[in-house]
Amino acid sequence: MSKLKFYIPVIGFFALAILLWRGLYLEQGELPSMLIDKPMPQFVMSTVEGAPVTNADLPDEMFLLNVWGSYCLPCLVEHPTLMRLSEEGTIPVVGVNYRDRQDLAIDWLDDNGDPFAFSILDEDGRFGIDLGVYGAPETYLVDGDGVIRYRHVSVLDEVIWENEFLPAIAELRAEPAN
Amino acid sequence: MKSILFLTSNKSDSRNGPGWQSSKLLSCFSVVFFAVAILQLSDAQAAVDTFAFDTEEQQQRFRRLSDELRCPMCQNTNLTGSTGGVAEDLRREVHRMIMEGMTDEEIEQFMFERYGDFIFYRPRLRAETLLLWFGPLVFLLIGAAAGFGIWRRARQQENSAPQLDVNQQEKLRDLLGQKDS
Repeated sequence: MSKLKFYIPVIGFFALAILLWRGLYLEQGELPSMLIDKPMPQFVMSTVEGAPVTNADLPDEMFLLNVWGSYCLPCLVEHPTLMRLSEEGTIPVVGVNYRDRQDLAIDWLDDNGDPFAFSILDEDGRFGIDLGVYGAPETYLVDGDGVIRYRHVSVLDEVIWENEFLPAIAELRAEPAN
Repeated sequence: MKSILFLTSNKSDSRNGPGWQSSKLLSCFSVVFFAVAILQLSDAQAAVDTFAFDTEEQQQRFRRLSDELRCPMCQNTNLTGSTGGVAEDLRREVHRMIMEGMTDEEIEQFMFERYGDFIFYRPRLRAETLLLWFGPLVFLLIGAAAGFGIWRRARQQENSAPQLDVNQQEKLRDLLGQKDS
């Protein structure tokens, strides 16, 4: 009994030490999104090309919402993946042109190719705040009802697509339709 | 960092060239450097101060909120101290909401709905943050309980020292006396 009592603080110490040790190596960049399982924020905005756009223009099926900017180098890294997904018709991709200039955004799409069904022009970052965005690139998975189901912060390359998005999409598809 | 590199490179010059010339050069450079540094400082300050308010109270609320809200992009700075894009936008939103007459609670709720507990340097008291708030207190109580237990046991042992009656004491003295002789 007294031996057990002696070990309690020792066990406690090691439990705390392991907890804190793990904490040191936690992914620090990625904050959990508050908008998971919430509907897309309402918007009445314009596309990068200048056409009016609202929630009604969003795809009726599951789609990706990709936050990008012409200043954003990682966006160029994930660009081939978005191009492939869009060209192969895997999933529609909607863009949010975040804190950018319209002319630079148009040039960027001309130079690199446009994988987006359309890009919402969010020059002052106001729509980004409603989404809880803190920097490009970020990619949201939105279901056919316009509900945000998943968020990935930073580059969406083929590996992330395989390991994170495909399982998430499969899980959503497996859900019974209501 | 810049200044350190700058000054050391000038110091190495002084070893090669005539002393007076390079020291003059050095002081000239430092004047320029400090002027630039001060300009940059006032520039950074200006980024925070370009908002206009109707009352002193609104301005103070703005200061308090941007001091207590954390920049989501650069997680170790508040909105006041951050030059990050999203911090700039959030300062603008805080200003807008204050001018629209929203209360501090409403503004904090706005931030919470979008960025969660991370936006606050002092997280709200919720089921998820209970451990964060009261964890240290729990540890303190565990420590205090353990300390009290140890103290009580020590005192019990003190009290349980055998009480001897007169006969026993005499016997004890005899025994000790025998040992002495």
